[in-house]
Amino acid sequence: MHALDQIIPIMAATIRVAVPLVLAGIAGLFSERSGVVDVGLEGKMLAGAFAAAAIASITGSVWLGLLAAIATSAVLGVLHGFVCITQKGDQVVSGVAVNILISGLTMTLGLAWFAQGGQTPPLPPSARFSEVVLPLSGLIGQVPVLGPFYTQVLGGQNILVYPTFALVPLAWWVLGSTRFGLRIRAVGESPAAVDTAGVSVVRLRYAAVLIAGALCGIAGAYISTAQGAGFVRDMTGGRGFLALAALVLGKWRPWSTLAGCVLFAALDALAIRLQGVIVPGLGAVPVEFVQMLPYVMTIVLLAGFVGRAIPPRASGQPYVKDR
Amino acid sequence: MNKLLPAALLAAAAWAGVAATTPAQADPIKPAILFDMGGKFDKSFNEGVYNGAMAFTKKTGIKFHDFEVQNEGQREQGLRNFAKHGNDPVLAIGFAQADGLTVVAKEFPKTHFGIIDMVVDLPNVHSFVFKEQEGSYLVGMLAALASPGQKVGFVGGMDIPLIRRFACGYVQGVKAVDPKMVVFQNMTGTTPSAWNDPVRGGELAKSQMEQGANVVYAAAGATGLGVYQAVTDAGKLAIGVDSNQNYLHPGHMLTSMVKRVDVATEDFLNDAKAGKFAPGVSSLGLKEGGVDAAFDQYNEKLVKPEWKAKVEQAKKDIIAGKIQVHDYMTDNSCPVS
Repeated sequence: MHALDQIIPIMAATIRVAVPLVLAGIAGLFSERSGVVDVGLEGKMLAGAFAAAAIASITGSVWLGLLAAIATSAVLGVLHGFVCITQKGDQVVSGVAVNILISGLTMTLGLAWFAQGGQTPPLPPSARFSEVVLPLSGLIGQVPVLGPFYTQVLGGQNILVYPTFALVPLAWWVLGSTRFGLRIRAVGESPAAVDTAGVSVVRLRYAAVLIAGALCGIAGAYISTAQGAGFVRDMTGGRGFLALAALVLGKWRPWSTLAGCVLFAALDALAIRLQGVIVPGLGAVPVEFVQMLPYVMTIVLLAGFVGRAIPPRASGQPYVKDR
Repeated sequence: MNKLLPAALLAAAAWAGVAATTPAQADPIKPAILFDMGGKFDKSFNEGVYNGAMAFTKKTGIKFHDFEVQNEGQREQGLRNFAKHGNDPVLAIGFAQADGLTVVAKEFPKTHFGIIDMVVDLPNVHSFVFKEQEGSYLVGMLAALASPGQKVGFVGGMDIPLIRRFACGYVQGVKAVDPKMVVFQNMTGTTPSAWNDPVRGGELAKSQMEQGANVVYAAAGATGLGVYQAVTDAGKLAIGVDSNQNYLHPGHMLTSMVKRVDVATEDFLNDAKAGKFAPGVSSLGLKEGGVDAAFDQYNEKLVKPEWKAKVEQAKKDIIAGKIQVHDYMTDNSCPVS
């Protein structure tokens, strides 16, 4: 029973922490499968986080905040698309530019609008996504093992959590079985072939970056209005890059990307609880060690366990019709 | 999006406005303050300095220049720019500015510098350090008194000796009330971004509360905001830090370990104005009124009079030297955990 008391909270925390990673990971999946490298996941998430907190704070409506986050982040996705697709610019440079731009712009706008040092005012509970209590929680909660699992892991989560995890099979189905998805993948492998078939490469790639933008926006809104209660400078804290690592680890596939995200989230949840724990023979676990675990895992897994991670063939290359 | 453009212009105008309101030539001193990465509105450490400086401005009419560093490279640069443009005195905020200040203070031997939270031993620098262990001891006592038979927690920002000093004083205070009480300790990270990660702060607090913590003390800059939110959501108690943060979540903030950086700032500026700048170190503890546990209208219902009496007694004992609170930074270790 004691071990279970530990495991259930860790599972619940894993899910909480995984949500923004999964959203950003699937965002990156769409963008990169279409051949547009997206280093700007972090920046788009941050923009979403700011927009959600700012609008939720002004209007008091968390849903308007979410919409604003999706819109803002989608606009950035289109901006990234404009540089990479229309102007055929360097995709990595554009992504990095988005990250830097947003890091500064959110602070500047935050200062101008709220005059609280770039933070948004703390959000009241009504302007945040609250936890969902599943039906019959009181009854099922009594059942040993299953009860806490039902109330704390399946239930007791945020409303954004459920569509996020539903998104993975959706992405799998879209990319694997629909005409649109197959074309997205084709345009990432061989844009010339898609073009020859009479399908617009530009339109497909724009659609992909737009989807990526919207998903990053949801991830940002989750961070600032569900997990947090307001915007704080650079509050995404590298989660966009972690999602990117999960995407590479997952070899640009939905289910394995999800696995990567959940692995990182579990490590994080575990890491929090491992800190300062005395390991027999080793002494206390240092913070540094615990924090580098996800990155070490990425390297180790990429180096041997998951085999070669091969990106989409046309990834990073702007499509030029008459080469 | 069309809302963003005017706002951006507004922001640009606001920046320009800041530049235009430089102090008039008649001002006897041109103070400048270099805030650290938490930012001057972190509702905590930096904001305390800002409040102190604003109080000085209000009383004397002397305005000050300020700058918030956004990355580590800007610290030395910022100090040098201030000194180069004739600002005097220049106050550096935060332990991380010590290296930059050491370099710049040597370059500008005639400029008067101050630093808060670290000692820089140079003839033109006055250093302010606080005995955080003493204030943390008091709030640790309160945490323990409010949680009989339960556990308590601590969330630190960046893992540095200074924050360990908070933690160590806190644990000593807890153990003074109940030697058997368990104290969870977590650090948010090892880089300066650990001061700005409220989401991770919230997760750390949740993990401690899941393990039974009833009170969580955060010494983590803006990360602490996430801690307080998580604690409030869970209906438990939190302890604020540096500035009096009791007002943030009334009913859930047990107290705050206030560090009177505002007083230190104002004193520093007043001394400079009066031409009384003196190099050296001010070590501000309970005795000097540099640290304390905050009691105000926001937490009066949470703190029972007998707890307060016990804390006041301990405060007297510490001042009288009857209770010795161990300072982590003297030997980089803590006798209790």
